[in-house]
Amino acid sequence: MRRILPFGLAATLAVLLAAGCEKKNSNPSQNPTGTGITPAIGATGQAPPPAASDVILLGEVGSLTGAQATFGISTRNGVELAINEANAEGGVKGKKLAVRVYDDQSKPEEAANAATRLITQDKVKIILGEVASTNSIAMAHKAQEAGVPMITPSSTNEKVTAIGDYIFRVCFIDPFQGFVMAKFAKENLKTTRAAVLRDTKSDYSQGLSDVFIHKYTEMGGKIVETQSFAQGDTDFRSQLTAIRSAKPEAIYVPGYYNDVGIIARQARELGIKAPLLGGDGWESEKLWELGGTAVVGSYFSNHYSPEDPSPRVQNFIAAYKKAYGSVPDSLAALAYDAARVGIEAMRKAPSLENKDIRDGIAQTKDFPGVAGTITLDDKRNAIKPAVVVQVGDTQSKYVATITP
Amino acid sequence: MSDFIQHLINGIASGTIYALIALGYTMVYGVLKLINFAHGDVMMVGVYVGYATAFQLGRAARTTLWGVLAIFLVAMAACALIGFLIERFAYRPLRDKPRLTALITAIGISFALSYGFQLDFGPLPGAAPRAFPEVIQPTEWLVLGDREVVVWNWQVISLLIAAALMVGLQYLVFRTRFGRAMRAVSFDHRVAGLMGIPTDRVIAVTFMLGSALAAGAGILYAIKDTSVQPLMGLYVGLKAFVAAVVGGIGNVPGAMVGALLLGLIEEFVVGYTASSWREAVAFGVLILVLLFKPEGLFGRVAAEKV
Repeated sequence: MRRILPFGLAATLAVLLAAGCEKKNSNPSQNPTGTGITPAIGATGQAPPPAASDVILLGEVGSLTGAQATFGISTRNGVELAINEANAEGGVKGKKLAVRVYDDQSKPEEAANAATRLITQDKVKIILGEVASTNSIAMAHKAQEAGVPMITPSSTNEKVTAIGDYIFRVCFIDPFQGFVMAKFAKENLKTTRAAVLRDTKSDYSQGLSDVFIHKYTEMGGKIVETQSFAQGDTDFRSQLTAIRSAKPEAIYVPGYYNDVGIIARQARELGIKAPLLGGDGWESEKLWELGGTAVVGSYFSNHYSPEDPSPRVQNFIAAYKKAYGSVPDSLAALAYDAARVGIEAMRKAPSLENKDIRDGIAQTKDFPGVAGTITLDDKRNAIKPAVVVQVGDTQSKYVATITP
Repeated sequence: MSDFIQHLINGIASGTIYALIALGYTMVYGVLKLINFAHGDVMMVGVYVGYATAFQLGRAARTTLWGVLAIFLVAMAACALIGFLIERFAYRPLRDKPRLTALITAIGISFALSYGFQLDFGPLPGAAPRAFPEVIQPTEWLVLGDREVVVWNWQVISLLIAAALMVGLQYLVFRTRFGRAMRAVSFDHRVAGLMGIPTDRVIAVTFMLGSALAAGAGILYAIKDTSVQPLMGLYVGLKAFVAAVVGGIGNVPGAMVGALLLGLIEEFVVGYTASSWREAVAFGVLILVLLFKPEGLFGRVAAEKV
């Protein structure tokens, strides 16, 4: 009996695994990564899309699990909303649209796998995603090689679109965000001494920090201390103690919300009163949950503010609220814009060949997005202003718009 | 100078957490000669149980002394149960197989827990990080100068709890009947069995104790650093493991010293050089220690019988 038990267990496991595989095969929208552990997120939660001939398939890769899961979920919601609206308007060239969403667990290698799968197996027309620049770069190499247009809604690192002529974005780029915050710190907050705490594991944080340091110094400010951390750390007291002794008037922390919330908490715990400054990676309801009152009063640059009164924005917010029950964050707004830019390009394109869709996207000009009017430049980056918001007690308050 | 003291305090605080986790590693290794890589993830499960308990208690009850005790006890009991199950169903069937098999199984359990907890089932797990509620109302225990040195009450409480647990463990291992049985099993579990020691029971209880310790450590860790997420156990677990090895794995005070050393080195590397050197320098020092003292700071050289 002692010998049989492990075999019995192994056999049961094998059967379970086999059953799992079969189920995955029967529903093509499942199992993005092949790990078998992560839940596969089905297309739009509806029945499997009909045969390929009357459906145009888009692909999306996002972090639905892992450290930045709220990014992926917002993005998926935004894309879904855009696709449902387009289908309600009659689809594209008489065909309905569908989206296949794969989870990359916030990991670049998984993002690359998911992109390959979308290209070779699902044969999607456009790939949407990711949020984190590191993951988008991993995907962009695959998309460019295969000649499939890719639009990242919210990756702001410069390198992403530099990978090739099939890679686009509907947001501004890091140099601009770094510039916005440097200008805001220098002119609006009238500071002269700033410290930087950067995340060495993310291209995004490195990009913003470099530009901030460069521009802030150029405008006559002084960077008094630079420290770094690695994504996922939870103890920042050593870095903050070092920053504290340099007595900065503002601290630039262009990280992601999950780290920033804790950094803010520990900064206040050490008695640091200077405001923290950041970028769009702060955008999440989790910022308050993790940071508590410690984050209140800090500033970050962002793509849009839900307080914008224009009907375009307010209609989007109403539709989103109806579908998902919450106010859309920037990532949802950008994902919605990205999907709509893609759909618009397909409508205008003479055919649904990859090349024609690519050219259609490249010609985007004065497109009325909810997160600002989008014009793509010859480097396939969107030219648009940024807003600076201040973290309030329960939501962010609009403070200033800073134009390129 | 005040910065130096603050760094010292920060270093001791993070070293304390490593120490508590390292105690569990060391205990299980001492008895079974098995590196239980799932230890950090058992800790993570304990934190989630504590988190759920805190929310069940509600805002008012969880900050009372009894509330905090309840959170610790429920989490520790749940982890003891999980430790029992893991030992019974994953490790015991492999006990007479090559040691590598058990090690791989441990890694498997570690990943199963840390990724399993990212699945959305029920109200509790899920991938996004969440904030552990402030169960110990943070108050300043000591403030020097213009807030140049700040010591918080929970830092002192954690240190006291860690020291008490270490003394308790040392007593258990060297002064009780059960401790003698543990040491006998550690020496040779087959012979111990022949001498009438209920080997299976001793090992199971050791596992439960280790897992309960992990839960306690996890909650102190969550109180200190706030963030709760399914991958939290992997990295901290690794560092605690290194601390245990440096102290001499299997040795209780050694784990404590190794962990404090690791915490302090990390802190001072960041404070006085560049923060990106933290891991490289900290682990470099540890490699040096092991080069000159392979058995660890407090470990005993085990003579191999030829």
